[in-house]
Formats: sequence, C-alpha cells, structure tokens
Amino acid sequence: MSAYIDGIGLISPQQTTDPARFLPEVMEYTADFLQVINPNYKEYINPIASRRMSKLIKMGITSARIAMADAGCQMPEAIITGTGLGSVEDTERILNGMNAGEQLMNPTPFIQSTYNTISSQIAISLQCHHYNSTYVHRSFSFESALQDALLQFEEAAATTALVGGIDEMTSNHLGIVRRTGHWKMEPVNNLRLLSYRTPGALAGEGAAYFILRGAPSTSHYGILKDVKTFYHPKELQETSLEITAFLASNNLTANQLDAVILGYNGDIHSDSVYDQLGSGLFNENQQLWYKHLCGEYFTSTGFALWLAANILRHQYIPSVVKFNNQPADSFRHILIYNQFRNINHSLILVSL
Amino acid sequence: MEELIEKLKKEVIEQLNLEDISPEDIDTDSPLFGEGLGLDSIDALELIVLLEKNYGLKIEDPKDGKKIFHSIRTMAEYITEHQKA
Amino acid sequence: MAKRVVITGIGIISSIGKDLPETFASLLASRSGIGRLHHLNSTHQDEFPFAEVPFGNEKLLSMAGFTDPSNFSRNTLLGIIAAGEAFRHARLEELSKLKTGLISATTVGGMDQCERFYDDFLTNDTKNQYIDVYDCADSTEKIASHMNIRDYMTTISTACSSAANAILLGARMIRLGQLDRVVAGGTEALTSFHVNGFSALKILDKLPCRPFDANRNGITLGEGAAYLVLESEEAAGEGNREFFAELAGYGNACEAYHQTASTPDGKGALLAMERALKVGGLNPPDIDYINAHGTGTDNNDIAEGVAIERLFGDRIPYVSSTKPLTGHMTSAAGSAEAILSILCLNHGMILPNLNFKTPMPELHFKPVTELIRGINVSMVMSNSFGFGGNNTSLIFRKPTN
Repeated sequence: MSAYIDGIGLISPQQTTDPARFLPEVMEYTADFLQVINPNYKEYINPIASRRMSKLIKMGITSARIAMADAGCQMPEAIITGTGLGSVEDTERILNGMNAGEQLMNPTPFIQSTYNTISSQIAISLQCHHYNSTYVHRSFSFESALQDALLQFEEAAATTALVGGIDEMTSNHLGIVRRTGHWKMEPVNNLRLLSYRTPGALAGEGAAYFILRGAPSTSHYGILKDVKTFYHPKELQETSLEITAFLASNNLTANQLDAVILGYNGDIHSDSVYDQLGSGLFNENQQLWYKHLCGEYFTSTGFALWLAANILRHQYIPSVVKFNNQPADSFRHILIYNQFRNINHSLILVSL
Repeated sequence: MEELIEKLKKEVIEQLNLEDISPEDIDTDSPLFGEGLGLDSIDALELIVLLEKNYGLKIEDPKDGKKIFHSIRTMAEYITEHQKA
Repeated sequence: MAKRVVITGIGIISSIGKDLPETFASLLASRSGIGRLHHLNSTHQDEFPFAEVPFGNEKLLSMAGFTDPSNFSRNTLLGIIAAGEAFRHARLEELSKLKTGLISATTVGGMDQCERFYDDFLTNDTKNQYIDVYDCADSTEKIASHMNIRDYMTTISTACSSAANAILLGARMIRLGQLDRVVAGGTEALTSFHVNGFSALKILDKLPCRPFDANRNGITLGEGAAYLVLESEEAAGEGNREFFAELAGYGNACEAYHQTASTPDGKGALLAMERALKVGGLNPPDIDYINAHGTGTDNNDIAEGVAIERLFGDRIPYVSSTKPLTGHMTSAAGSAEAILSILCLNHGMILPNLNFKTPMPELHFKPVTELIRGINVSMVMSNSFGFGGNNTSLIFRKPTN
C-alpha cells in the first residue's frame, strides 16, 4: 500500500524550515556535532505550553505544525512518531541530578523524558483523539512509524497520518558516546566529511514530520511506495539480495532508479558498505548522500525523505548532495538506503 | 515577609520556567492556579520540589498543595510559619 | 473477512512467578508479589512497597541460560526469559520457518545499567560496553537474537500501554499478511530513575495499591516481562497445537488532555474500548470480564470507572484490576495482563481486585474482590492506559475450535 506525501516540516542543521524553499543555501560547519537551526518557536507554540518543553518537544511540535500547514491538514487521523533516543536533555538532567546525590527529582524532566511525550504533546496541541503511537528502535524508529502509517491506510483506518522522525544530540551525550569509538573524536568540517577517512560518524539531530494521505492530492510531493527494514545481514551479498528483492517486489530493478540516497556518515568502517554497493549494485545510479548536511542520528532518514520528496517535486538535485555524477533527465524513482553499523538496514522507496 | 515574597516570585519564575514573566507581573495575592498564571498540576508538583529544596519543607500529600500554593502570599505565610524551628 | 489472529504461546516473569505455571499457582492462591525491595538499591525502599521480581541479575542471567554477564541489562534478561518461554510454549523451533517478527515494548530500556554506571560514563572508560545498552532497542535486539528472529523487529514505547500496542501492531501485521507469526509483548525492570520519577509525581502509594477504592492513594510499581506468540489461524494450524485464545478486537485512542492525566469523564478510555469492540464486530454485552488498567491513582480509576459505566450502562461485566497482585508493570503491563486475561478464559475464572474495601462514591459498580472459579468466561477486555494519554484496549475470546 502506498501513501502520498502531502506536507513536510523539517527542522535541521540546514535552512529547511520553509517548505517553499529547497536548500536555498548550504550551511557549512566545523563542529563536534551538527545542531539544528532553531526557528522562532514562539510563532508556533503558545508560551504557556512551551515553557516546560525541552528543545526536542518544541522541534517536534513545530515541525508537525509546519507539515500540517504545508498539506492544508487541520487534523490528522493518526499521529505516529519515531525517536531513537527521545529527550536526551531531560534524561541527562535527571541522571546528572541523581549522580550528584540529589534526593528530589523534578517531575517535568521525568515526564518529558518518556519517549511517547512527543506524539502525546502533538495530540494535546491538536486535541487529536485518533490513533497515536511511538517507535523507539534505533535507526528503524522512523521506518517503523512509516510502516505503521502505511498499515493504517491499507486497513482504511485513516485517510491522513502525521508521521515523524526526531532525535537530538547534546554535548554531554556526545562526550559519553564518544567513548564507544563510533563517533568522531574531534570537530570536523561537514562538507569535507568523507575526506577524513577516519573511524566515527559525525553526530547530528533533526525533526522531520510528514503528512501522508491515502489518496492523491493536487499538490503531493510524491508517493511513498514502500518501506523495509532488515537486521544484521551476514555479508554484503545478503544486503544486495535484500535490496534487489525489495525493488523487485515494487516492479523495479536498480537500474531503473533515478537516484539512490545513501547514508554515508563519515565512519570509514560502516561507510565501506556504501562504497561496495556503490561500485556494485548501484554502479550505474546517480548516488547521493545527506548526512554531511544533518549529521548521523537514529531518525536521519527523515531528512533523506525530505530530500527525496523535494527532488521529485522540483526535478532537481542540489549539487551539494551529489556523490557521483550520473546525469538524468528526470527523476521518477528514488531509493533511500541507510544502515547503522552494518546492523540496522532500511530501505524507503519514493516515486512520482 | 516582603523580602521572602520577592524572593519567592523570582524562584517561582525560575522553577516553572515562566520566561516572559518578571516578578512585577505576579500579583502577591492573585490565585496562581486556574486563572492568572494558569498553572496546572505539574506546576504544583514543581512547587512542592521548590519548597523542599529551597526551604526544607516537605509536603507529603499534593492535595495539601492547593491551600499552600493558592497565592504567593499563602506560600510565604506557610514558609514563615513552618520554618520557625 | 479479516484473518483470525490466535495466541499459541505465553511467557511471563513477574513478582508472582518466574514462569507461567508459577504465575498460575499464585493467582489461584491470590498471592500478591508486593513487598519490600531486595535487589534494587533505592532511596525509596523504606517508603513504598514494590512488586519486584525476586531474583538478582546474576540469577536472572543463569535462568536466561547465560554464564557471561556481557552487557545484559535487567530488562533484557527478563525479556529473554519470558519471550523464550512463549517461544518454547508455541513450539516455534520445531515448525517451518514462516515470516516471524518480534515486537517488544519498553520505556526504561537499559537504564538500570546506565544509572549504575553513569558516573563512569562521564569520567572513565571502564564501563564503555554498557553505553550503547541504554536505549530501548537493545533489549529487543538481544531477545530477537536469542530466538533467532530476523524477519522483522521493532520496539514500541507508549508508557503503560506499550505492550498492549505491541500486541495490537502484531495482530495488524498478521491480518494484512505481512507476518505469519509475531512474538509480542514487553519488558520493564525497576530502576531508580523511574521510581524517583513516579515519586516526584506523587503517585506512589505507601500501602499496596487499592484500585477502585475510595481511599486509594496511588500506584505500586512492579517489574517483569510478558510475551504472547500471535499467529494467523493458518500458521497456527501447523504442528497440531492448542490455541489459548483469539485476539478478537483492539483499539487505540489518544486522550489528548494532559501529559499525566485522563479526562475525568473517561473520554480516552471510552474511545479505546469502543474501538476495540468495533474492530471485533462486538457489543458491550459480549464482554464477560474487564481486566481493568486500575492503577489505584485518583485520576485513572475515576476516568476508567466512568468510561466503563458509560459504555456498559446497566450491564457492567465483572471488573477487576490485577495490579494489587503483580504491581504496575508499566511497559510490560499490557502483555502481562493480557496473559492474566487469557488464563481467565482458559480456566473459567475471574481474578480478584485485592485490597478493595470502600466503593468509590462516584461509581455504581464494585470490582470483584475474591477469586471466582467454575464460571464460563468467553470474552475478556484488557485495558492499558498510559501517561501521555496513549490508551489501548484489547479483547480476547475463548478459542472455539
């Protein structure tokens, strides 16, 4: 079952808040991690409600509102969020307090630290009593949310769904996860991310919400055709087979893809998977990458879906996302392929 | 008492993250909940934490909070009365 | 006609039993698992009772079949034990390899390790193997690996309705033919993080919880893990196996009222229950027993009670909350209570709502206070309503085959 992408709200480290503008300029950073450009949240959320909201919640509610306005949707019939880590800021506030021996916990960060608070607060702000859920499975989180939405349409349980992927990063959290060796240890320049050829990804954050509809509208970006996740393939060939089978079930072969968006994140180890597929299965495709613009985070495929949808709408690929150069006249089918540490793999297919 | 009232106003603003409000905006005798500042049950819990952290006064039952947190003045009076020891 | 979804396997570990047989024995004896904390080191251990699984992590490790503690969180160990029992109960290893998924629910994830080692995370490299264990997916992936489930996995977190939503998603995926079998449920270990959090919300009772009692004063936190094996009727036909129940209906609704409260008129609860009935093509008189969410808080019990009265009118079925037996297992409550509901179907019984003395003046009905046996129970509704207003209601039917 497919769905029509009718509205998008994206808050990211790039200028992406205005749906009418497709990457008007590219933000270059030399940083430990990429941070979102915060819009003026007061324009979107009333101050009485927003005062106790952490940045993550504000990002979520705001990007949801932008998506709804973009789609002209007053009330979605399902609200589904994917988040890998939830509110890091609130969680570490509590942990830091506990670690310092504080006996008393403040209730606000505790409530905000629950993963479902984002979907819940969006529903409260809209007074939406429809289906509501939250997925929290690393880099399957956003994909699981999309899959749930597609199920809603197949069951005819909803005609519109608000679906989002949201995660944040903090300096404190980065300091901790750097110990695992999976993250860049020093500040890097995002646009030259792949030139370092060192272990570790460049961390980032973002919130991407989409209004999906079960029926076409006059202004949809494109069609969300299919979503698949697969876990821990034993070898590259298994990955290749999964991708090929996914495309075949959508009546496509790799050669018919007008672009493939790959989740290169700067980690030389896991990026080698993309290198191998790039010179193998995707050898003849226009390959794109995006995490130099938003960084690596569990729900970064939200940014990739925004990118794919806008390429379909504008029929244009910004040069900054091109990984190679395979000229194409038009863009009809785009595949997003992402993997995290060669364990969590996901595929999203969008078409005109 | 006046000093405590001014101090409380600042602490309430900080504890509840009332960003756009200054101490002068809070009327000492106006209800904190319902109308006025429009505080809710989570704010009441935050005020319980404030009382315990800053003044060492423990409120066991949140229902008692209704009377104590009625206004800045009732908060100040409660603190003054219970901090005599 | 939508595919039937049946339950072929059950696994559970909680304060009242390390597995299904022990759990059942406790239920027959109306034996509560609420008492003092013995394993979690909490500043609140003298202040509140808890329903703790009576084993330390070392014992759980050997029960799960491991010798090397590796970086297993308590959550993961509980999950492996319960999901493993369900998997074996359904005899899935013997059967053909159909499309099988794991949908697990948790909110604390690996927090029990994270809070223990947080200072190390900040200051040194001695506990690095626990850093990536913190998030919710860690236990799911380890449970899936243990059962060699690879076709599909995901993790849900909707507070106290998480595991119910895992079952709901599993059923939907089976009905639409995306999966043939799903191990669905949840796992939640007690942590200082959420014990302190619930204490900060002032909703923990100093006495064992008293759902639907006029003098109720809050929740008793528990822990554990519980999983069901859901299958399409066709897949369940293989291997000459028993169905324990059929998932007859399910409904998910959002309260959209307040982050920590339900509407006093029970709107969200009512919507969830109505939707569950509708999906099943059922009517209120079809329900014999409601295993209520019944946490013992002021707010939940009035909202849920009012919703039950609005929906069932004069014909209110048996109602009880089993949280005085198991404690509130938070993200695992939905699947644990689904299992208790299924046991009622299978064994013709209604479980008691312990600790009840004084009826609530706002409600007309009273919960069942003593175990009822030898009664025909064909349809049970199990409610799970979470913080943030995530409300889910499941309906289980006694198998007719």
